Amino acid sequence: QVSAALKEGHVSPRELCRRCLALIKSTRFLNAYITVAEETALRQAEESEERYKRGQPLGVLDGIPVAVKDNFNTAGIETTCASNMLKGYISPYNATVVQKLLDQGAVLLGKTNLDEFAMGSGSTDGVFGPVRNPWSYSRQYKEKSVPKSHSEDKESNWVITGGSSGGSAAAVSSFTCFAALGSDTGGSTRNPAAHCGVVGLKPTYGLISRHGLIPLVNSMDVPGILTRCVDDAAVVLGSLAGHDPKDSTTVQDNFKPFELPDLPDVSKLCIGIPKEYQAPGLSSEILALWSKAADLFKNAGAKVTEVSLPHTRYSIVCYHVLCTAEVASNMARFDGLEYGHRSEMNRSTESMYAATRREGFNDVVRGRILAGNYFLLKQNYENYFIKAQKVRRLIASDFVKVFGSGVDVLLTPTTLSHAVPYLEFIKEDNRTRSAQDDILTQAANMAGLPAINVPTALSERGLPIGLQFIGRSFQEKQLLTVAKWFEKQVKFPMIQLEEVKRHNHDVFQHQKSASFS
Amino acid sequence: QAVTVEVLDRLEQLALVDFRDAEGVERLRKAVRFAAELQEVNTEGVEPMASVLEDRCLYLREDDVTEGNCTNELLKNAREKVEEYFVAPPGNIPLPKLEERETFLKGS
Repeated sequence: QVSAALKEGHVSPRELCRRCLALIKSTRFLNAYITVAEETALRQAEESEERYKRGQPLGVLDGIPVAVKDNFNTAGIETTCASNMLKGYISPYNATVVQKLLDQGAVLLGKTNLDEFAMGSGSTDGVFGPVRNPWSYSRQYKEKSVPKSHSEDKESNWVITGGSSGGSAAAVSSFTCFAALGSDTGGSTRNPAAHCGVVGLKPTYGLISRHGLIPLVNSMDVPGILTRCVDDAAVVLGSLAGHDPKDSTTVQDNFKPFELPDLPDVSKLCIGIPKEYQAPGLSSEILALWSKAADLFKNAGAKVTEVSLPHTRYSIVCYHVLCTAEVASNMARFDGLEYGHRSEMNRSTESMYAATRREGFNDVVRGRILAGNYFLLKQNYENYFIKAQKVRRLIASDFVKVFGSGVDVLLTPTTLSHAVPYLEFIKEDNRTRSAQDDILTQAANMAGLPAINVPTALSERGLPIGLQFIGRSFQEKQLLTVAKWFEKQVKFPMIQLEEVKRHNHDVFQHQKSASFS
Repeated sequence: QAVTVEVLDRLEQLALVDFRDAEGVERLRKAVRFAAELQEVNTEGVEPMASVLEDRCLYLREDDVTEGNCTNELLKNAREKVEEYFVAPPGNIPLPKLEERETFLKGS
């Protein structure tokens, strides 16, 4: 819708950019952004405006304000990964996905907040502080809040965004941008998408280039896409997917960008409901919603069948070992010599490295590095690392069997519950939380499959709940078609943000348009 | 417990990262206990899986120089440099042993 508006001149790219920047300022309390690239964004918007004036926009994304998670390299803009280790690090290059967005004319508003080095499921463990879920400030949440008898600081009631791409999810959810990039290694795009009521797409591993994405787990990381509707996700996917010579883990298959049908038809499909995803701790609300969703498909004529993915319960411990092992390796590059923080200690190379890393990494990161090194010790390698790789194969083949038996798409919950208040979330440590929260999303990363969160309904507390669809490898078109159908059925409500100053009704009208495609 | 002080010391040296405090050590112990669950799974005859793309050929491009000459760009982010060199403190000096290091593990 916004793209059409730009084309027809109802709004200009510069105006759009200005409004988004203003909205970012007025929603600063959300702490969604680490860096706002105001000058470059306005310049990009100007260039876009020139192109529209000449009648030569680069495409649907020309002039569209976007945000990027702060673990993607962005030339000339600080990239911190929310860590002291990279404070002040100005990327000398653009990640491939960032370059692709810019080549399409998108306007890069800034870098969004995350858990330090994308380790976490709350977006609470970065050095710039936690991200607040915009829904904490929605009329829907406030109406359902139980007023406490003695005066309670309403500030303390805010809920988390989920993570680790919480900043990106919050940015999209609060209308400060029309699309954002996240990353997904264990659910880091889908989890915050579910908590913030936005669409979160994890593409098939190997479809989108990781060049420039600061790596966590090389064999599972993918760039994630966050938007307000499924059509938008398809558009962004179209501009990002495809082989990249700079990332040899991208497949060489020709990728054809696709448009989703206006009236998707699911009657010929087989939807699988994996019984192991009724995990302990799953809220009864979400369970009910999941069941209702299955019925929706049944009533539309689709075949809905219960399936089994027997090794689901081991995906978290498997991830725990493989992730920490890869992290131990990937974090070794941070030594203070070529970039990033460097300690004053200079007695020897090794002691400088040790001091730099001591000063630069938080507890979570250090903990994972040490655990990873433990699992990689000669005496442990076979029993932990190799063992985990074997379990990974079992998890992946569970999916192969199920998809091989005629199932087209799997339907599961995305999270165990709606977003919890920050004060409650921090009562447990990062690893415990991640282990709990990733259970429904992790296996898709293990198997490299595409998965998407679609906002479904509001909980009794007025907070978003999403459901997840997992598809076959490289079948994003089918996956997104199903997701779009479902999205149309559930008609998820728009967030009613109260504390954002509305300059005038018009501004908000454009901002509120759910899609840009 | 397999996680002895010797192992912890070794890990600090290998990782060049410190445990910092008792919480750090406990964090590792918890991580190790958690990982033990993997032993429950029967992986008889199962090959380890390193990548989901194992059935495909890795893309290898031609061995031609297509970019580079960005020395200035790359040096910008380094704190200590001289001309075109990254400057490091003296190498070949091993990390001090446990007793001489500033580490929480001392006296454990």
